[in-house]
Amino acid sequence: MFNFHKDHRALVRTAILGFVLLSTGIAIIPASQMQDVQPLPDQKPLSAAERRGLETYISEGCVACHTQQVRGIEMDKMWGDRPSIPSDYFYSKQRMGILRQSPSLLGSERTGPDLTNIGKRQPGIDWHLIHLYNPRAVVGASVMPSYPWLFEAKDETLISEDDVVVAVGKEHFNQVGKKVVATEKALDLVAYLQSLQQAEMPSASSFIPMKKKEDDAKKSTGSEGPPIDDLPDGENLYMNTCAACHQATGKGLPGAFPPLAGSSIVNDEDPETLIRIILQGYDARPDYGLMPSFAAQLNDKEITAIINHERSSWGNNAKPISVEEVTAIRELVMSEQP
Amino acid sequence: MAFAVLLTVNNALAQEVTSENWITSPGIIGTIILITLVLVVAIIIVLAQLNGYLRRVQKKDDDSSKLAFKKELLEMEGSEIDDLLSKRKAALEYKLKGAELGGDQTASDDQGLIKRAENEPDNPLFDEKKKTDLNLQTPEELTKLIVWYLGAAVFWLVFGTTIGQYLGMKFVWPELDSVSWLSFGRLRPVHTNTVFWGWGSLAMIGLGHFVITRTSNIKLHSYKRSWLAFGLINLSVLLGNICLMSGINNGGGEYREYIWPVMLLFALGLILTFRNFYRTVASRKISEIYISNWFILAALGWTIILSIIGYMPWFQNGLGETVIQGYYMHQGVGMWFMTFTLGLTYYYLPSTLNKPIYSYSLGVLAFWTQMLFYTLIGTHHFVFSPLPWWLQTVAIVFSMGMFIPVIAGSTNFLMTMRGSWSHISKSYVLPFFLVGVVFYFVGSSQGSFQAFRFTNYVWHFTDFNVAHSHMTMYGIITFILWACIYTIVPKLRGKEPPQILVGAHFWMAFIGLFAYMISMMAGGTLKGISWLDGHPFIQSVILMKKYWIWRAVGGSLMFLSHLVFAYNFYLMVRKSSETVSVHQLKTVNA
Repeated sequence: MFNFHKDHRALVRTAILGFVLLSTGIAIIPASQMQDVQPLPDQKPLSAAERRGLETYISEGCVACHTQQVRGIEMDKMWGDRPSIPSDYFYSKQRMGILRQSPSLLGSERTGPDLTNIGKRQPGIDWHLIHLYNPRAVVGASVMPSYPWLFEAKDETLISEDDVVVAVGKEHFNQVGKKVVATEKALDLVAYLQSLQQAEMPSASSFIPMKKKEDDAKKSTGSEGPPIDDLPDGENLYMNTCAACHQATGKGLPGAFPPLAGSSIVNDEDPETLIRIILQGYDARPDYGLMPSFAAQLNDKEITAIINHERSSWGNNAKPISVEEVTAIRELVMSEQP
Repeated sequence: MAFAVLLTVNNALAQEVTSENWITSPGIIGTIILITLVLVVAIIIVLAQLNGYLRRVQKKDDDSSKLAFKKELLEMEGSEIDDLLSKRKAALEYKLKGAELGGDQTASDDQGLIKRAENEPDNPLFDEKKKTDLNLQTPEELTKLIVWYLGAAVFWLVFGTTIGQYLGMKFVWPELDSVSWLSFGRLRPVHTNTVFWGWGSLAMIGLGHFVITRTSNIKLHSYKRSWLAFGLINLSVLLGNICLMSGINNGGGEYREYIWPVMLLFALGLILTFRNFYRTVASRKISEIYISNWFILAALGWTIILSIIGYMPWFQNGLGETVIQGYYMHQGVGMWFMTFTLGLTYYYLPSTLNKPIYSYSLGVLAFWTQMLFYTLIGTHHFVFSPLPWWLQTVAIVFSMGMFIPVIAGSTNFLMTMRGSWSHISKSYVLPFFLVGVVFYFVGSSQGSFQAFRFTNYVWHFTDFNVAHSHMTMYGIITFILWACIYTIVPKLRGKEPPQILVGAHFWMAFIGLFAYMISMMAGGTLKGISWLDGHPFIQSVILMKKYWIWRAVGGSLMFLSHLVFAYNFYLMVRKSSETVSVHQLKTVNA
């Protein structure tokens, strides 16, 4: 029999064989099975530029702080419409050439936000470029590193039509006669980030709910009588959806994103323009970046809550609007579309 | 204590998932209490044992001498008593002439009994520690090899933690620099890989050389292979770090950031070391294979397989990569660092105490359960991820199973130390061992708690993970490696570092680690709660800021302690006329 105490051959062989068997069962076989998936019908393969962006994403070590997995629990709902599934990684997690393996996109730390759905949440290219050049230019409290080597300072006279100029504020870039221009690498990286959108999945599994929500719902309908308004928290929604560009202070960023504090559109007695801009997006003013459409991302209640927050904060003082007004304008907008 | 653990576990399992009162949920409180509790208990045990032991020894001595004295008096005759009294009278009248200590002859120490002459024998601040008086008979060649392995390890420790310290400061001052080679994303893997493959691995292999040859009572099979492995591993860390800083990264998976040609050098180094150690054990002059060698040989064998599986491309697309990543990063810690370090402890701890290990069978149990349980729990890094539910469940269940090897191991070490607590205040090595062993229990149990689904709600993705990894890789591995180095190098080189500097090293590292751990655990928990409450993400960044400052403070202490350690190491290995003469006395063993 095996005498491990005296037979080194038996000892080492058993230990190694045991480990190989366990590893096969727990790692190799499940890993092989996990490769056996198909993409969702709506999922698009990465374009060449997006793939180059993914490579920059890996080589700069973005995965150290950003996850790309929406877990199937309620608290992760803010990062996606549904929990992530294996198919979601069909195109992105492929071996990157002979030297490098498939990228570890799921991540293990969320020092920065999850990026599964960043393409939907933050679609504007202007915002991404400023943010990459110096994150603190758009998010004051951010601890993300700046990536100035993805940009170049170009003489104003040499800037051509093809160059993408980044509207960085004076306190972050102040060289006379020069402007910050995005390099190909920065544009590819942004293209990759914009491509990060959860594909539609009609029969998606739902999140494991937390008990708290039910209790709260009971509380608000039970002891405290009928609810005054069942709108979600507007300030919270504003912080998650709008503050990255328009800032928590509502002041916007000069040259990039317009202020909401004191804005005539926000404070207008008739909220139609404001609602329309949120639903349809806005690109009428060349001095500011493009405002994307939020019709798919926010429902009428959420839009109402955000608008009421905007109309009552930072010195703004316009009367609150109702959900019905938003619903009416959404129908109008839908009917206008061909 | 085991009962307290079980109780916490029971409560933890009974807990339902709610977001209310997270801070009071038993699993989290249990873990935090466990950490403080065990440490406090450990300290109390040390003090109480020390006190009780001293008192018992004292009392026993007193009692027996009183009894003997009484007996003697009774048995004496009259003339004897007179004789004694007259002697006593003369003694009381005796006066010093003032020239007793002088003399005409030159002082000489013919037997070489005096080791050190001291002008001020009473140091008011520090307890005098016992000196290492043993010069082990070790082949010159082996001593040189070990010193070089350890020297390189010390270099990588200082380098790796300089980077770590710099990274910690970047959380406080994100604009510290804007050089691509020094950006956070590129430097983070440099820190982790350097301390893993540079510091930990080289130190373990260097210390392993001594264990393998000594417990087999034979010369090392091949010095040449060991030197070759030394070169390969160092080259791998050097090239790997250059690659990472220039943006060449295997894919971002933790501890797999080196691209395969670089990691291949490391794997070759491991294969050479494994063959060399195996051959040495195979030609041993003792029939039994000492338990340390079980762990060391297995650690090398397992890690070779692990690195092959980790880098093989055929099952790593899509989420296959994620399965392998969980398996690889956990086994890197468990099968390599933990297994090897346990092997070292099974030799160096008893040898420091000059007594055998408490239980050989517990060691064997720990060995096989280590293999069984540790291998299966990698996926607990991906709880609630899109990986199969069964894989997550297996990982969580076997994480609980980890209590078996952990309790077996730490009990074994503590029972070996039992009865020798008084040595702790007399040794500069044992405090390092004690901290390492206590953290082995605390860190590993805490890790099992962290694998629960419900603790994953609040802790996963937060800075709590960072606290856990430092508690284990630093609290367990690094402290035990320091203990082993302070045990063996003075014996090999015949030179000891000054006690005050070893003390400074110990306390700065210990206090620094505590500040680091507690700030990251507290901050990480608050961060998780903030996410659960659905606050805007940026608030969790803002709330972490003060904890990041405390982490940087703790990190600075740890870093300073490494500079002191490096200096101590230099003092132990530097060449001087004295050490040369000691070396000349050494004869080649076997």
